[in-house]
Amino acid sequence: MSTPSISERLPVDREHALFLLREMLRIRRFEEKAAELYSLQKIRGFLHLYIGEEATGVGSMQAFAQDDAIVATYREHGHALARGIPARVLMAEMFGKATGCSHGHGGSMHFFDRSRRFYGGYAIVGGGLPIAVGLALADKLRDRQSVTACYFGDGAVAEGEFHESLNLAALWKLPVVFLCENNLYAMGTALARHQSQTDISAKGESYGIASSAVDGMDVLAVETATRQAVEFVRRGNGPFLLELRTYRFRAHSMSDPDLYRTKQEIEEWKKRDPLLLFQAELRQGKLLTDSDTPRIEAEVSAEIDEAVRSAEAGPWEPVERLLDDVQGPAAP
Amino acid sequence: MTKMTYREAVRAALRKALRSDPLVFLMGEDVGGYGGAFAVSHGLLEEFGPERVRDTPLSESTFVGAGIGAALGGMRPIVEIMTVNFSLLALDQIVNNAATLRHMSGGQFNVPLVVRMATGGGRQLAAQHSHSFEGWYAHIPGIKVLTPATVPDAYGMLLTALGEPDPVFIFEHATLYALEGELDEEAAGMNITRAAVRRQGRDVTLITYGGSLGKTLEAARDLAEADIEAEVIDLRALRPLDTPTILESVAKTHHAVVVDEGWRTGSFAAEICAQLMEKAFDELDAPVMRVCSEEVPMPYAKHLEDAALPQVKNIVAAAKQTVS
Repeated sequence: MSTPSISERLPVDREHALFLLREMLRIRRFEEKAAELYSLQKIRGFLHLYIGEEATGVGSMQAFAQDDAIVATYREHGHALARGIPARVLMAEMFGKATGCSHGHGGSMHFFDRSRRFYGGYAIVGGGLPIAVGLALADKLRDRQSVTACYFGDGAVAEGEFHESLNLAALWKLPVVFLCENNLYAMGTALARHQSQTDISAKGESYGIASSAVDGMDVLAVETATRQAVEFVRRGNGPFLLELRTYRFRAHSMSDPDLYRTKQEIEEWKKRDPLLLFQAELRQGKLLTDSDTPRIEAEVSAEIDEAVRSAEAGPWEPVERLLDDVQGPAAP
Repeated sequence: MTKMTYREAVRAALRKALRSDPLVFLMGEDVGGYGGAFAVSHGLLEEFGPERVRDTPLSESTFVGAGIGAALGGMRPIVEIMTVNFSLLALDQIVNNAATLRHMSGGQFNVPLVVRMATGGGRQLAAQHSHSFEGWYAHIPGIKVLTPATVPDAYGMLLTALGEPDPVFIFEHATLYALEGELDEEAAGMNITRAAVRRQGRDVTLITYGGSLGKTLEAARDLAEADIEAEVIDLRALRPLDTPTILESVAKTHHAVVVDEGWRTGSFAAEICAQLMEKAFDELDAPVMRVCSEEVPMPYAKHLEDAALPQVKNIVAAAKQTVS
């Protein structure tokens, strides 16, 4: 697809451009650090990295307001950071500390933050979609103007819950933006090997849902498309299905030997690294100076180092609290 | 006090909840225009409208998940799953989301959701419409499992469940809907976690719940004719389980029979037996007996279905054997 020059695109000013770049860099460096800490066994369990997909999370999250609700998946570090959850509480969660965003109960796959309406990472593929539909139903019934952002991957579109949720959201005209981050692989199974119709945005049509697809490596394109989708939904037109076409540079998880795709394919996609593309475009548009990137890198690096220090220093949840959050106090 | 059926009692509770709390809404398959597969919600659509009595598509996983989401979003949803058989299609949402979210989020979120469904066999509906899976659900921490067996419980447990901060699952045995009883609709909220002693006795404790309560009380009357006085405990809630009430009774009778419509292997009855072994071993004068369903997919033909389900005569025989 041909891309218009930056001046023809979003009315993007230097401040916003540098913010987007910084947000993507924060995710990239956070994830690299997480991988390192995993190999040091500071982080255990499953770890699914977002590297390569930064533009989808950062670009789309700009379109959602404070009062909007976010539902994400087990690959949700990027969404959590872009939503504004501090890196230190996310890192602490992966360390299993009481200072983590879920008190060490959730780990990498289950970040939650009530104050930011971040309703969690869901680790059964497709399982978050019905939750998002229900959140949107609650907002509609309570006459709130909020919309719900529902993130999922291409693997989820094979689940019954995808189809049920699209149908129900359309039937009840609910304010949900379905954001499919299509990274071309359902764990190790390529899209063409698990979908009879590989154009995911086309699946919305059969439910009467407005849909579109966008280059998920282009942060500005993602932001523009998501803003349009959110505006459409907020006006009461019902849900929207937005397909964000992206690629993950790392394996599915830390235990994945990545045998199902070629190195050449990965290298080809890395030429479209969202960070490189955006920096090149900003330089071309004279919005980025030679000193900007090193300065932002240094600031991000300091933030991540502080997050690790803070996570290390954080206390463990006392074992005495093991059963405390299973159920709340009974009704009086 | 008003005389009414179990079905009418559930409907009265739904109506009261819908009238008193604007956050309450009912959703499920055919709860509106059809009036509910068991006619429980008959008339509610007309009174409360389609926003609050919502017919759903046949998408169990998604409408249960939407109930969870709506509860997270501040509503007070009541989800009706037509039968326990169909709840299998929603297990992911129930087990992985409803039951986990409070703990997994470090206590930040809770899911004040009530899910009702019909359960049980005995209506010649064969192998796909006759299950009793409430024992499975009782395995799951994070939810409450209620099994109202009387008209007052059908009414009061639902209303009390709506005051709970976490998911409550209510299993209504389908053969109970026509049961008649007296109800005081003005009665105060009730405890939903305590078992009830439905009949006093000194010789043997019969422990049961839900659809088997009637058969068990009938067995107790038969036993009385043979000079065996049975105490009958209606568990009412399977999770949390009111173990003290069971132990107190067994300490008196020293004999116990558990009656449970689930299959014997891995049944809820097995859990009761295990707790008695752990906590009342020295009180027991004989092994605890179980009267459960036979290990067979439920057959259609009446005589075969009768043979597969717990019957009064099986309960009487087990009680006589344990006290002999």
